[in-house]
Amino acid sequence: MHTAALAPVLAQVEIRDRSEASCISQNKFCPGWIIDNFDRYTDPLAQHLYLVVTSVAIGFVIAFVLALIARRRRWLVGPLVGLTGVLYTLPSLAVFFLLLPITGRGNTTAIIALTAYTLQIIFRNIVLGLQNVPQESKDAGRGVGLTDRQLLWRVELPLAIPDIIAGLRIATTSTVGLATLAVFAGAGGLGEQIISGSNITFKTGVVAAGGLAVLMAFALDVVLLIVQRLLTPWRRVQPA
Amino acid sequence: MKRYPGQSEPAINDLSLTVPAGEICVLVGPSGCGKTTALRLANRMIELTEGDILIDGESVRRRPAAELRRGIGYVIQQIGLFPHLTIGENIAVVPKLLGWDKKKIGARVDELLELTSLGTELRDRYPAQLSGGQRQRVGVARALAADPPLMLMDEPFGAIDPINRERLQNQFLRLQSEIRKTILFVTHDIDEAIKMGDRVAVLRKGGILAQYATPEELLMTPADEFVEDFVGADRALKRLSLLRVRDIDLWKAPLVRVGEPTAKARAAIAEADLPYPLVVDTAGRPVGWMSARDLARETVPQQPDTAPKPILELEDVLRDALSDLLRSDTQYGPVVDGRGAVVGVLSVEIISEFLSSPEATMHLTPAAERVES
Repeated sequence: MHTAALAPVLAQVEIRDRSEASCISQNKFCPGWIIDNFDRYTDPLAQHLYLVVTSVAIGFVIAFVLALIARRRRWLVGPLVGLTGVLYTLPSLAVFFLLLPITGRGNTTAIIALTAYTLQIIFRNIVLGLQNVPQESKDAGRGVGLTDRQLLWRVELPLAIPDIIAGLRIATTSTVGLATLAVFAGAGGLGEQIISGSNITFKTGVVAAGGLAVLMAFALDVVLLIVQRLLTPWRRVQPA
Repeated sequence: MKRYPGQSEPAINDLSLTVPAGEICVLVGPSGCGKTTALRLANRMIELTEGDILIDGESVRRRPAAELRRGIGYVIQQIGLFPHLTIGENIAVVPKLLGWDKKKIGARVDELLELTSLGTELRDRYPAQLSGGQRQRVGVARALAADPPLMLMDEPFGAIDPINRERLQNQFLRLQSEIRKTILFVTHDIDEAIKMGDRVAVLRKGGILAQYATPEELLMTPADEFVEDFVGADRALKRLSLLRVRDIDLWKAPLVRVGEPTAKARAAIAEADLPYPLVVDTAGRPVGWMSARDLARETVPQQPDTAPKPILELEDVLRDALSDLLRSDTQYGPVVDGRGAVVGVLSVEIISEFLSSPEATMHLTPAAERVES
């Protein structure tokens, strides 16, 4: 039905394989096509990864600083959760379009918007992680003569790692999904292969791009899980 | 003095006491009496509102709090080991803060693991892998790491089950007899206070000192009704826990040997405190009591009618000895020395006389030697 739109794609395929060409022309899901055309995904994939990692990293740094401020001034926790919550609920497309006149098309706009979405989850989890540190460990830490800063870095933060990484995992996974919209900010990524041009009607292309996003989310999740296990050896011991 | 904002009554008011170096001073009292507050004022976990605390003549306010605390051992009921650090790293926390070199820290950690009978094989485990009793000892080892002259212990055995608590208390007293720290010890348990303390400070609500005395004095002469109630109606029995058989005067035993003429036994009775001769073997070990029927024979029999039970030792705690005596038929028992030879006889009568005599306090045994094994 959309053969006109698919013409350039078909032209590439037709030469090789009749059955694959008919798969494409009927707009079914065609794995062979993905294998043949994988190189058109490498750049968007790298760009997508760049957007996700950069946004989560910046989001982590900002949320971390906010959490440390809120640790000292407990009353700030509520307002900060509210503020980051507002950012979280803004429709992402709207944010992209609102930012376009200010920051222009490109990575900056995309990263600002994506970072804003990570803040809420990461901030809440760092605060939660610090709150979950056993009171007696803090009391003993102070009692043996740790200064406030030493207590934070040597006791509280290490013990908060599981909660912090849990936050990073959720933030990363959702950012991988959200980043498919970065194409509207002119920042490319896998979304380009889903939305731009006529691809949105090309089932195999959409599935390939979407599948890669899912795989990326899964891979990043596994990486974070491994990092957590390496950072928290005490959680893997057999209790007495 | 410690006053909390918004409270008309201070949490601690006019509490003044001196703890001699190398002794265990126990703060005891009902909940809400301010004993933990008093303890935490000493290492400035809580800041004083008024007054001062001097350690070795120096005010606790002179140094920054964190620095002060590094020089004071701190043990709390919840122990508060750092779950993410190994046992060795937990113990090494203060030496690391003080900037000791690695080798010295390693040696100190091993030394403390041995001293607290934990064993160096626990060094690389995590707290979650240890039993409650082991964790408690790691807590003590951590507090001792930098060899502080003063230790603060807040219900250190409070989270341990009664059987292990007893064992850990004894072990700690044995340790203390070697290390001789000055210890401020908080508990709500009067029995623990009497057992652990060289001196006991009984506090009442508002942190008011009701009595500050040795455990003996506390049991013998409670300062007022509050202290009397607090130490309990069984304070006479509690005093017996503080003493050993060797601490009181025993009866002289009428000793005879197997095969000797009974005439000699009759003569022995005449000089002795009790009417039954005690038959001993050649090494002086008790064989049995002679009955009236035994006395009617020519010579002292090899198997006297009554077995010499219970046999007590000089090192036995008096309360346990009394319990043994009450369970036996005779209500008296031969007391033997380390080699098993009879040195005298203990009876229920001696103990009850002892408890009613005012000089009983003279027999106070220093805490360090009171340690049971």
